[in-house]
Amino acid sequence: MTLSGIAKQFRSGILDNNPVLIQLLGMCPTLATTTSVANAIGMGLAATAVLTCSNILISLLRKFIPKQVRIAVFIVIISGFVTAVELLMKAYFFELYGALGLFIPLIVVNCIILARAEAFASKNPVLPSAIDGLASGIGFTSALVVIASVRELLGNGTFLGLEVLGKNYPDAVVFILPAGAFLTLGFIVALVQMLKNKADNKKCEKEAVAEALEKAATAAGEEVQA
Amino acid sequence: MSFTDILLIMFGVILVENFIFSKFLGICPFLGVSEKPATALGMGMAVVFVITLASGATWAVYYLLLEPLGLEYLRTVAFILVIAALVQFIEMFLRKFVPALYSAMGIYLPLITTNCAVLGTALLNIQKGYNFITSVCFGFAAATGFTIAIVIFAGLRARIDEAEMPRAFRGFPITLIAAGLLAMAFAGFSGISFA
Repeated sequence: MTLSGIAKQFRSGILDNNPVLIQLLGMCPTLATTTSVANAIGMGLAATAVLTCSNILISLLRKFIPKQVRIAVFIVIISGFVTAVELLMKAYFFELYGALGLFIPLIVVNCIILARAEAFASKNPVLPSAIDGLASGIGFTSALVVIASVRELLGNGTFLGLEVLGKNYPDAVVFILPAGAFLTLGFIVALVQMLKNKADNKKCEKEAVAEALEKAATAAGEEVQA
Repeated sequence: MSFTDILLIMFGVILVENFIFSKFLGICPFLGVSEKPATALGMGMAVVFVITLASGATWAVYYLLLEPLGLEYLRTVAFILVIAALVQFIEMFLRKFVPALYSAMGIYLPLITTNCAVLGTALLNIQKGYNFITSVCFGFAAATGFTIAIVIFAGLRARIDEAEMPRAFRGFPITLIAAGLLAMAFAGFSGISFA
């Protein structure tokens, strides 16, 4: 486990394979809890905690879980951690617990967590699994914060509850309403796709240039030989 | 609860508090299985079937098992197990006894275990303190609202596929934006108060 390997895992979880913006997983909490930046951070951290803990435990147990019933076992492990997180939030962050409401217990059916358990933790040792869980969790949290920033700023004129756009800003309430959640996420994913297309084009161009150079070089070499 | 109360709760959850457009429950199948109206209807039917039965089953598990034993905090774990077992059981039952129905919605059943609308309905029933009959009616109505939403949306998407648009919007983004516009239409119902 090298340092650059760890950095690569974090890069993959947060940017290249962002669970929300690239893999398009976990849409329900993404749309529902991004009405304010504070809620988004709370939801993201709760999911990150569950994701990291369940990845560690599943990785530790990966040799003992029978293949046929693995999904059921994963779900039981995940829901155990979700219950723990729910009780902790109820005890120490009651306001946030009230705001997120139903979506705390619904972390159980968040497909990001099951996807990381199935695709990564059930096949890899403990340390990489823990880092994978943490990286995906941070990727999830950062996507939520980006979406929530747009929605809170446009819909309420605030960021984390602080006045940003001034008192005279006419709140575009639609961004706080459900319709705004769909629209904001739609435009953000379109932006991500645009950047991705551009990056892909550049890559293609670079490859094409390199290929052409190589061809020219070999052709020149053949000419010299002739 | 009287009959009118139940009826009002049902209309409320179909139109005003629609699962897709106001509560964001069951978005994954809503976006994933809405390419054709026929498949959307199949998925919707399967969801109605499972949510209605799951509402009854989880109600019974909570009030007959967890509450007497003082294990209310285990409800998330217990509910997800009940739902997974129920879906498996429904699948086996339909394959054996109602093959016609199984071929219509069988392939959607395994997807439903991780549909958050099912667990969401079960938790909402407990949160709102509904009795058994209200729970089952609430579950049925919530799933009906989901089906209406997904079928309307499938009709919209059939048109979107034909339209021209910037390359970056193709696929998922334009689907979300269309859903947003439909959500605006549904927001029109929020002025109506049933309760």
